[in-house]
Amino acid sequence: MAVAHPTDVDTARVAGISDSLRRRRDVRGSLFKAAMALSLVISLGILAVLLFIVITDGWTVLSTRLGSFLTGTLRPDAMDAGISQGLKGTFYLCLIVAFVAFPLGIAAAIYLEEYAPSNRLTSFIQLNIRNLAGVPSVVYGILGLAIFVNEFDLLDGKFGIGAITGGRTPLAGGLTLSALVLPVVIITSQEAIRAVPSALREAGFGVGATKWEVIKDHILPYASPGILTGTLLSLARAAGEAAPLLLVGTITGFLSNSPGWFDVTQVQDKFTAMPTLIATWVTQPEEEFKIDNASAAIVILILFVILLNSAAIILRNRFEAKRSG
Amino acid sequence: MAVTNWEISDLQGSKRRKARETRVRLVVFMAALASIVISVLIIGSLIFEAYNFITSVDLARLWDRGWFPRRDRFDLRTLIVATLWVTVIAMLVAAPLGMAAAIFLSEYASPGARKILKPVLEVLAGIPSVVLGFFALRFINPTLVRSWLEDANSSGNMIAAGIGVGILTIPLVASISEDALSAVPNALREASAGIGARKLTTTVSIVLPAAISGLVAAFIIATSRAIGETMVVFIAGGAADSALFAANPADQGLTMTAAMASVAAGTDEVAGSGNAFSALFFVGTILFFVTLLLNVIADRVVRRYRLEY
Amino acid sequence: MNIEQNLTSELGESLESAEEGDMRITEAAEAAGSSTMASDGVADAAAEENPTVLAMRDLSVYYGSFRAVRDVNMDVRDNEITAMIGPSGCGKSTVLRSINRMNDLIPTARVEGDLRFHGVDLYDPKVDPVEVRRRIGMVFQKPNPFPKSIYDNITYGPKIAGTPKSEFDAIVEKSLKRAALWDEVKDRLSESALGMSGGQQQRLCIARAIATSPDVLLMDEPCSALDPIATGMIEDLMQEIKTRYTIVIVTHNMQQAARVSDRTAFFTAEVDGANDRRTGLLVEYDKTEKIFSNPADQRTENYVTGRFG
Repeated sequence: MAVAHPTDVDTARVAGISDSLRRRRDVRGSLFKAAMALSLVISLGILAVLLFIVITDGWTVLSTRLGSFLTGTLRPDAMDAGISQGLKGTFYLCLIVAFVAFPLGIAAAIYLEEYAPSNRLTSFIQLNIRNLAGVPSVVYGILGLAIFVNEFDLLDGKFGIGAITGGRTPLAGGLTLSALVLPVVIITSQEAIRAVPSALREAGFGVGATKWEVIKDHILPYASPGILTGTLLSLARAAGEAAPLLLVGTITGFLSNSPGWFDVTQVQDKFTAMPTLIATWVTQPEEEFKIDNASAAIVILILFVILLNSAAIILRNRFEAKRSG
Repeated sequence: MAVTNWEISDLQGSKRRKARETRVRLVVFMAALASIVISVLIIGSLIFEAYNFITSVDLARLWDRGWFPRRDRFDLRTLIVATLWVTVIAMLVAAPLGMAAAIFLSEYASPGARKILKPVLEVLAGIPSVVLGFFALRFINPTLVRSWLEDANSSGNMIAAGIGVGILTIPLVASISEDALSAVPNALREASAGIGARKLTTTVSIVLPAAISGLVAAFIIATSRAIGETMVVFIAGGAADSALFAANPADQGLTMTAAMASVAAGTDEVAGSGNAFSALFFVGTILFFVTLLLNVIADRVVRRYRLEY
Repeated sequence: MNIEQNLTSELGESLESAEEGDMRITEAAEAAGSSTMASDGVADAAAEENPTVLAMRDLSVYYGSFRAVRDVNMDVRDNEITAMIGPSGCGKSTVLRSINRMNDLIPTARVEGDLRFHGVDLYDPKVDPVEVRRRIGMVFQKPNPFPKSIYDNITYGPKIAGTPKSEFDAIVEKSLKRAALWDEVKDRLSESALGMSGGQQQRLCIARAIATSPDVLLMDEPCSALDPIATGMIEDLMQEIKTRYTIVIVTHNMQQAARVSDRTAFFTAEVDGANDRRTGLLVEYDKTEKIFSNPADQRTENYVTGRFG
């Protein structure tokens, strides 16, 4: 019996609908996504290649004479040369930045967030800080050279505090780097202070605390992880900066030994720092300097900088998790 | 019960605490003023010494085949062309890679992946520029540049330096772009998906246009950073403290920043001539105002896009 | 009235009451209250009213050029609960915050008219707002304990006011007992206050306000973030402590005002002809029974009978 099956029609219709709903392969979409992912992979791949190269290049030095490399000084003989003076210089620079830029930056942030009236002066200070954050680091070297070092009859020898810093010294370099990171310290501290809930401020004022008591007892403790993140990041930046130090006049040639690690008179002595030491070695003609020694020094510098950065990032992520959770 | 009238002295508070408030206020205000003092000192020293330079040097020397500051030849074209090449090459590397990485992080990556990838990108942002200079000289030039352009200068050139600077600015582009993309309200994405648009369509024709000013700002800020970057070119640009005019990016080149650093770099051994030193301030002045202009423009663009949401 | 004496007697009493049970405290306070009544009764009939603690005459509060609330005339009396009710935007919270000068924290805020606390002009230039806030405590809409231990929350106010450490234990016990929280938390005073329930946190905030021995407690919708059970506990608590403190409460909840308060001020908002913006004003201030049963103003009647707001 040949009865037309009505279901035949239905099947066709259903098939049509399910076909239109079926997930089609979106070739262009997948390609786009892959291209975006690839860009990220390339960016991060570069980091891997970079680390691989400096570690393999620096391996000879790091594996055979790590001790003498860390304790040695800037000597003309590549086999004997070491980075102790660079480490010491960077250590002193970081110390000066921590003592100058951090208190100054945090205090400025406190003023701008808690005290500043909304007037023209305040918005001018804010604008000025944003612009300072974008000034190239080498230009801060100009400031260091003309004002903090104050040699070579610049500005006709009229201005500057060369008499205090002693010229081309860690003190001059540290002040230069402090000026360099100051805007970053201010901006990150401001963000951290702004994130403090106003209920906490009100609670403090409500029981009769003065403004400074509210700031010191409630706002700063609450904002401290955020502030610390910003200061660690700026410390890492200060430790890696070379350009302003070249202008301030770190020793790029060879430097005889200087006194022990904790002799404070060194802040007014000739000095070098890790980044400028690396820049010097990289531009030497001998392979032993330009590749072996330079890479080994880079590994040490990167270790230090990545350590600071990671500490900052971990701190921030924890803080954010705590606040949202 | 007696009428409980108080005296004003009951509500005057502690003098010691009030005095402390005044002191603190003064101290933090001075700290905020420090930033203005720094700006004044920078601009003051730049302009003062740049003026000395212009008045004491023969102006024809500013257009004189090559940058040889210790021999009183200050050809600005040499520096400007090198700066342009390095910046253009850097942005050709950083803009597509950085923005694409931002698009992936903001639109495609799962929260878990983002949690791992972003910190790694931040580590890349923390790599000191001397290290990238070394990398450009040791790896990018011999392995990438010279395998395509055999006659590229082996002791460094503008292409290698430009790529190095570009790598350095990728994280900056990525971070600002990602901020701009995540500022786009999710409602826009949902509205687009709701009318049946594919992810690609949504991203390209809805999200990117909505974030355009942020992306433009990212580009301008990164350009400013690339112009101001010193050490990569100092190390991998191939020129020592002087350079002949070169229009070919495969040749050695000296950017404004590298010229400044190299004038200063030798000073502990050989004090430069007076003019060489003030040339540094003259170039610094140009650099300062160019980057300032770019930053101000970026600031304006960002402001506009903040207003939109 | 000598404040130092007042403080020491308060403290002596607190040391005593720390040893007594909660019931005893209430009894003692009631006894004190009735003796006050008796001595007043001898004077004349009008003295049935408790003495005025806060007097407002033609009080207006501005934000910049915008007048947020106007024509506030009211006397807040000792050991009473005064409620401020009215629709949103009527300025009741603004008035409350001008009493302990919390409005000073908003740079553009400004007060006109007369606001006296025990006869002293609160806006006299010689008056220290910090001292005012110690004398006039405040409890906020959302519980806002400090992210510190329960103990440190209570002792913070006394600590900054210079109270010796040796008195802290007694102050903590006294304040927590008065806030009906002692039994719940006496074994975990060193734990973080953030681990408590919302109702407990709000009672801790009351205890924290009490700890500075204030005269007046301002409460800005203290129950709006709490569930009905916690709300009931706070209301009971207010009844208990009004024998020692003068309480001013802002509430959205008319039933709450009717339940707890002795006097009620009804505020509303009207369009100001001059600038076409809504300005709050005090419509009627009277005994609570009067406001809710037989108000003098039609607008009050409309509001309390639910025909408006």
